[in-house]
Amino acid sequence: MANSTTEKAKVEQAQPVSVMSVAAPAVGWLIPGAGHMIQKRWVRGGLLFVSIVTLFLLGLAMQGRIYKANGGDILDMLGFIGDLGAGALYIVTLAMDWGQGAISFATADYGTKFMIVAGLLNFIAVADAYHIAIGKKQ
Amino acid sequence: MTITLNHFSAATVFALFASIVFGITHRESTREMVRYGLYCFAMFLGGALVAGWAMWVLRR
Repeated sequence: MANSTTEKAKVEQAQPVSVMSVAAPAVGWLIPGAGHMIQKRWVRGGLLFVSIVTLFLLGLAMQGRIYKANGGDILDMLGFIGDLGAGALYIVTLAMDWGQGAISFATADYGTKFMIVAGLLNFIAVADAYHIAIGKKQ
Repeated sequence: MTITLNHFSAATVFALFASIVFGITHRESTREMVRYGLYCFAMFLGGALVAGWAMWVLRR
């Protein structure tokens, strides 16, 4: 039992690092869905792109707040990690100084959560693109 | 541009897009993806409705 587990672990570790296994997650993080598209999963990539980008932009349009790198409150740090998942969307939002909405009404708070969730969903999409790249998923 | 959504429409939009991503990333075949996406959407919206009614009952 223990031997079979060890053997399985060795086989998993022995998988070669391909260019795609590095490029797909990196591109997928930067542009949601692009990690699937460069592996010719056009429909999946397109749906991921539309879903994540729309959720993020809706969050911005609802006057949601973007989190910046900080060492303060734990919830602020988690919010930053979530937002960071959106890749280029987050970078552009910071560069353009958008997402400065004051959370003074309920929908602005929803907007903030929408942007965090968009980033977290993109992390899942990145992991999926990696699994496709290493052949773990079709 | 500012968009204002009420609680239910915000929950619906969230459920729709989260379900699409969950369906694609958590299943292998196209058929399974669609089924799981629909299941997640129903659970998200159903959960929101049940929670809403539960809060309404507790408030009375």
